[in-house]
Amino acid sequence: MTPILEARGLSRSFGHVRALDGADFDINPGEVVALIGDNGAGKSTMVKALSGNLQLDDGEIFFEGKPIEMTNPQQVSDLGIEVVYQDLALAPHLDPAQNVFLGRELPAKGILGKFGFMDNKEMRRRARISFDELGATVRSLTTPVGSMSGGQRQGIAIARAIAWASKVVFLDEPTAALGVVQTKNVLETIKRVRDRGIAIVLISHSMPHVLEVSDRVQVMRLGRRVTTIQTKDASVEQLVGAMTGALDFSEGSAL
Amino acid sequence: MTTTSSKSQAPASLDDGPGSESLIRRLVNLQSVWILGVLLVIVAYFAIAGGGKFFSASNFTQISQNISVLAILGVGMTFIIITSGIDLSVGSVLVFASVIAAKVMQGMGGTSGGAVVVGILAGLVAGGAWGWLNGFLVAKAKIPPFIVTLGTLSAALGLSQVITSGLNVTLDDSSLTDFGIYTKVIGIPGLPFVALIVVILGGILLHRTKFGRYTYAIGSNAEAAKRVGVKVDKHLIQVYCFAGALAGVGAMLYLAQYGTTTIAGQSLTNLNVIAAVVIGGTSVFGGEGSMFGTMVGLFIPAVLQSGFIIVGVEPFWQGVAVGVVLIAAVYIDQTRRAAALRGARSSRSSKKLAVKK
Repeated sequence: MTPILEARGLSRSFGHVRALDGADFDINPGEVVALIGDNGAGKSTMVKALSGNLQLDDGEIFFEGKPIEMTNPQQVSDLGIEVVYQDLALAPHLDPAQNVFLGRELPAKGILGKFGFMDNKEMRRRARISFDELGATVRSLTTPVGSMSGGQRQGIAIARAIAWASKVVFLDEPTAALGVVQTKNVLETIKRVRDRGIAIVLISHSMPHVLEVSDRVQVMRLGRRVTTIQTKDASVEQLVGAMTGALDFSEGSAL
Repeated sequence: MTTTSSKSQAPASLDDGPGSESLIRRLVNLQSVWILGVLLVIVAYFAIAGGGKFFSASNFTQISQNISVLAILGVGMTFIIITSGIDLSVGSVLVFASVIAAKVMQGMGGTSGGAVVVGILAGLVAGGAWGWLNGFLVAKAKIPPFIVTLGTLSAALGLSQVITSGLNVTLDDSSLTDFGIYTKVIGIPGLPFVALIVVILGGILLHRTKFGRYTYAIGSNAEAAKRVGVKVDKHLIQVYCFAGALAGVGAMLYLAQYGTTTIAGQSLTNLNVIAAVVIGGTSVFGGEGSMFGTMVGLFIPAVLQSGFIIVGVEPFWQGVAVGVVLIAAVYIDQTRRAAALRGARSSRSSKKLAVKK
């Protein structure tokens, strides 16, 4: 199978720090790949590189088998790739529906749409549908998201990504701030989205969550992918060992 | 709304049931609504204390005449403050635009319709150009808006003085001043009518269009807006440019009203406009505000001024009263907002959604 998204030999330095040092990555359609690594291993930089938010020093990115240049986030969105950032990137003063459609507002019907008027009713209706599909409980579509709980905001951010992503979703630490039930919701959501054929990249420090939902785990250390492990063969010890370097894998050996 | 932080972590808080925010409650939470109450109380007081003199058509015409220019500036200022910016240069830009317009009209003969039209256009372009410069420096050079507009405040006024050698330019008998003094549109005097149109259009632009939505989004979380593809820099330049052009419109009304430029007369205009916008519930931290609030915020100082004169209080007290209202309005707004956010923010969450300081 051709990976939907593949990176080969990505490198990027910030001053003296090599954040990415010839890193590889690949994910197939409908697959959940966990991207793990210790702090500073290059996970976030990798996400930035694969979402058009980072200029690369070196390396190639392939989308559906074809080499592409990722120049800006807009272009990457148009490909059907969405990112849920750790800070969620919601506008706290806007309501959930406004956030879901921010930057992609539906124009009002007819001539008014040409003047920049928006179809708020339709946007609210569709936002409601995305929240319901996700099982996200968003109690009010007209309250600013800044006044909502962490779980609700997380739900809104994920719903927004899923509403627009047709190919790949990146989730950066989606469960870090959540309670038990909300976490379970997010993990269920990941499975449901995967079943629709969308590829999911899960960045997480929580090994149990990684083992529960992922198909493969790619471990990063010091700016490279040190190994890829099939989740069904993996254990927490093995993952932690790979992350810290206690277990030595030569690149790709565990594929 | 006011669940404790521990409870917001609990599963139960995931579903508070639909409709827990009633319309009334949302209205109560809007600062512009209760500030309207304050305005009504002030009006009621003067109506009783001042009697028919306060509640006369001529008095209200006077009041609306006085705030026409400020209202137009307030429209632009509302947009800018919602982006979490500020524009201190409005008064100077107004002076500059009026000088350019008056000079052009004078140069072309002054009284004819054509000269007035060209003069008006020149004034609007002059205002828009200063606004563009403000926006460019804020968005592209990343200089804080306070500093940028403090600079252009000084520069625009200085250039106006250079152009005129510090002497006001007076227009005699132009059709512009005729409009300001005699024209009435559907019973409303010309200047308030123009202001009303600008305010309504500005309100629609802010509350109903994508342009307005992006203005809120940028003030709320510029980084988030950027990530979803909003062209933040371009939008900021447009907002400042729009505000500058509106200062040009304000300058035209001024010329129409007084028939002369007022080089020395606009030193407090910026502060009056900012005070009105803030009293009206627009947050100086950005992301929040309304055109309606700004209009209410404009009426409070104007009504106080006319009321004090009628009741026989020294009008100097108006400044004191406005200052008190301004500080009280911001304090209450701040407290209310903090209360609304308390409990919503989970204590375990280390991430701060509000990136704004």
